[in-house]
Amino acid sequence: MQTTEKVKPCFPLFNEPEYQNIFETKRAYEERHPKEKVAEVFEWTTTKEYQDLNFKREALTVNAAKACQPLGGALCGLGFEKTMVYIHGSQGCVAYFRTYFNRHFKEPIAFIADSMTEDAAVFGGQKNVHEGLQNATKLYDAKMIAVCTTCIAEVIGDDLGAFIGNAKKEGYVDKDFPVPYANTPSFVGSHVTGWDNMFEGIVKYFTNGKMEDKAPGKNGKINIVPGFETYLGNYRVIKRYMNEMGVDYTYLCDPDEVLDTPATGEYEMYAGGTTIEEVQDAPNAITTFMLQSTTLEKSKKFIENTWNHEIPKLNIPMGVEWTDAFLMKVSEATGKEVPASITKERGRLIDMMTDSHQWLHGKKMAVFGDPDFVMGLVKFMLELGIEPTHIVCNNSNKRWEKAMKKMLEDSPYGIHAKLYPGCDLWHLRSLCFTDKPDFIIGSSLGKFIQRDTLYKGPEFEVPLIRLGFPIFDRHHLHRMTTLGYEGGMYILTTLTNAVLEQLDQETKLLGKTDYNFDLIR
Amino acid sequence: MGLLNREEAEALIQEVLEVYPEKAKKDRAKHLMVNDKTITQSKKCITSNRKSVPGVMTQRGCAYAGARGVVWGPFKDIIAISHGPIGCGQYSRGGRRNYFAGISGVDSFCDVMFSSDFQEKDVVFGGDKKLAKLIDEVEGLFPLSKALSVQSECPIGLIGDDIEAVSKKKAAEIGKTVVPVRCEGFRGVSQSLGHHISNDAIRDWILPARDGKLDEGTPYDVAILGDYNIGGDAWASRILLEEMGLNVVAQWSGDGTIVEIENTPKVKLNLLHCYRSMNYIARHMEEKYNIPWMEYNFFGPSKIAESLREIASHFDDTIKEGAERVIAKYQPMMDAIIAKYKPRLEGKKVMLYVGGLRPRHTIGAYEDLGMEVVGAGYEFAHNDDYDRTIKEMKDATLIYDDATGYELEEFVRQVKPDLVGSGIKEKYAFHKMGVPFRQMHSWDYSGPYHGYDGFAVFARDMDMTVNNPCWSMFKAPWQQEEVEAEQKVA
Ligand code: SF4
Ligand code: SF4
Repeated sequence: MQTTEKVKPCFPLFNEPEYQNIFETKRAYEERHPKEKVAEVFEWTTTKEYQDLNFKREALTVNAAKACQPLGGALCGLGFEKTMVYIHGSQGCVAYFRTYFNRHFKEPIAFIADSMTEDAAVFGGQKNVHEGLQNATKLYDAKMIAVCTTCIAEVIGDDLGAFIGNAKKEGYVDKDFPVPYANTPSFVGSHVTGWDNMFEGIVKYFTNGKMEDKAPGKNGKINIVPGFETYLGNYRVIKRYMNEMGVDYTYLCDPDEVLDTPATGEYEMYAGGTTIEEVQDAPNAITTFMLQSTTLEKSKKFIENTWNHEIPKLNIPMGVEWTDAFLMKVSEATGKEVPASITKERGRLIDMMTDSHQWLHGKKMAVFGDPDFVMGLVKFMLELGIEPTHIVCNNSNKRWEKAMKKMLEDSPYGIHAKLYPGCDLWHLRSLCFTDKPDFIIGSSLGKFIQRDTLYKGPEFEVPLIRLGFPIFDRHHLHRMTTLGYEGGMYILTTLTNAVLEQLDQETKLLGKTDYNFDLIR
Repeated sequence: MGLLNREEAEALIQEVLEVYPEKAKKDRAKHLMVNDKTITQSKKCITSNRKSVPGVMTQRGCAYAGARGVVWGPFKDIIAISHGPIGCGQYSRGGRRNYFAGISGVDSFCDVMFSSDFQEKDVVFGGDKKLAKLIDEVEGLFPLSKALSVQSECPIGLIGDDIEAVSKKKAAEIGKTVVPVRCEGFRGVSQSLGHHISNDAIRDWILPARDGKLDEGTPYDVAILGDYNIGGDAWASRILLEEMGLNVVAQWSGDGTIVEIENTPKVKLNLLHCYRSMNYIARHMEEKYNIPWMEYNFFGPSKIAESLREIASHFDDTIKEGAERVIAKYQPMMDAIIAKYKPRLEGKKVMLYVGGLRPRHTIGAYEDLGMEVVGAGYEFAHNDDYDRTIKEMKDATLIYDDATGYELEEFVRQVKPDLVGSGIKEKYAFHKMGVPFRQMHSWDYSGPYHGYDGFAVFARDMDMTVNNPCWSMFKAPWQQEEVEAEQKVA
């Protein structure tokens, strides 16, 4: 029973004997499998035999590490000034997208749906688009409405472009009001594809057929395209570098304000973001830097073909060398030198690497996450002397696979690494039992592998290091930085301290292992 | 500012409606009302369970959410397969906090996500073959599951798949129950139809399994319906029922198992907590098996005691005495909790916007702490829910159905409650506004809130949120002058 001194929530309340008792008495009504049988099957799920069966799956996904296209489309829309993200389709999906981001960013997320229901599934969703756009323009004081789609609209084949055109023709929405759109079918690709599609939709809307007076280099700026990016620090660090270099730039899709508004007593639905004028002017930039090279194909094609930009061939600026390469390319494109302040920052990262290398060298770590993120992370791991083992990318693509293979072959630390394109976290669970890494790096979704491996015994536990998206069970990590040298510092600090934390866990037993429970490490 | 009077409350609704275009305004007006306790039938003054207006930021989810998330997800030994593209299954993972006791991935599956991850070819050529193969794979890798349920996502219903046929065929092959659930998100107008569809699926595919084979049971057998064990709610309820001498044969669906469903037809009384999501099956069992059912409310000591007595009234003196014994046992602890927290919460005003039950069901718990609910609304209630709500709410309070983000913010701005209880989508906007907020779907990662033990947590949580120092620090010292100036103008 509770006491006023210490009110107990779920844990530890349900560890009290009276509740443990309840679990036992309830068992009598459950006709569960005997405990021995359950233990036996659990053990079997940790074997190589189970793993082989597990890897034979063709139809079933268990514990996915990817989401669907419109989620990415919606994040993209958020990055433009006073833009309302409007999702054409079922409202349930939209409730899920908002919730997913609420939980990760701990911020309000404003997306609207046009709530297609059974009649719309039969007759098409044009009425929803008309009424929805009319209400949305009236209610939300937006400068732009960015439209993407859920499955229902895609499966019935709604002609979104025509619907929006008709909405303008018939006066539901002002004919000059910007309503860029993208088709984001969830049965193709993943959330990163959706970002690419929505981005292309937006830049196309404002620049396609409006190229007469445009020419690369005319405005002296460079464009930066982030891709599906959830670390707020990553937007900020790139901007800081540009400012320190004296480079004039346009961030094409910039949600770092709207995803981080201060508590003032007022709720602001919009904040910051790329302006329409900036998008219109973007073709005049010297060139465009795509920060995620393997997942922005469609946008890249459009920018190359329509804006005539020669897009630099770069990898995601994570770790030392790829950040070096990024900065040098920016310098080359703009004629601005990399300033001493950035060189100093680089030096500080290298200094940290020298300080911590002894704890990281030779450590074996499994990784999962989105394609470019995983690629950049693995690159930096190799620079740190960490040996990546199982590399799982549920939403991988051919370009990614090729690039990853090459990178791993080129490094002596890549020899233990194996790529698992298209695999999910139930595959990774098997791998963590049969070939135990020291750690897993990935999103919160990986925490169940840690729990399951621990259940086999403390010596089998694979601790999770949280880097990636989504992070639901730790606070405020989305504010951190993983790009640039600054990002290197954060990743290095996180990894090193995870290793030390684990060592303390193992050596804190008084009189048993604490000979190695050192004050200084 | 205190409570609004009737005219002020009505004026507020009018003011809020002003921003809408004509058609939307007409529609939304029907969903907002000022409470009038003389009304016995809510349908005279509020419309519910209607399509949401396109483009106005409804907070509702879909039938799939009501089926997968609410009804099916919490059954621990039934593997819930999200059938269709990857998104729905991924987003519905882990959000609801329906606790279970078991070995996850081996004999319990609540926190494992199963999806058929539809690709373009599945949409084009149909997904039945994939589903059949998937069921074999599930069976191979998770042999200790007791049953499977297939939740269809939007595309399934549009491409003409026959998941019923596949389920039947596969059930025969693997020797387990496989339940097809037609809960495509475009059906109905909210989560609510998903509840209904799921109730019907249980009725058709599971409930009669032991018809004619069940033993008599004991005279004290009951089932809990509509408790999803959020943060352990059902456990904190079960303990009381058992202490008073009842046998809880089944929990629907929090921490529940398939045999508990199959054994339910032998109970003597069905206890219904969430009326909205499970009244259908309670009515069905009443009709088919003659099992009476009653609604009860385990939020806060007043309602708990009332409910325990009413439950006991269906049984003999042993149970009646049992109820009194339980009430007496916990009374001192409840008194102590109230003595501790009531002085800190007395007179505080609360506005609620939740699913289909809690806005009315938690009123008593707030009142036990001296707090007052001045506004209440539901995402997906029907008029029978509003009938019940009107009785619980004070006169001239606000009642809102399928409220939009904008309406909620405006109501809160004007009514200035001390606490808002709603969901994650609403939470952070109110944080920015400086309004103390608790998530009332997930208990904000706390709980349980049901039962006596749960009330202690409820009281603790409301206090920590209403009285945390963070709410007083919104203005920097150099901004204070502005604040004072503003106040003068006002
Ligand atoms: S997969 Fe389709 S139906 Fe599911 S959330 Fe994504 S868009 Fe919606
Ligand atoms: S209590 Fe409310 S939120 Fe929960 S299932 Fe019932 S109606 Fe839904």
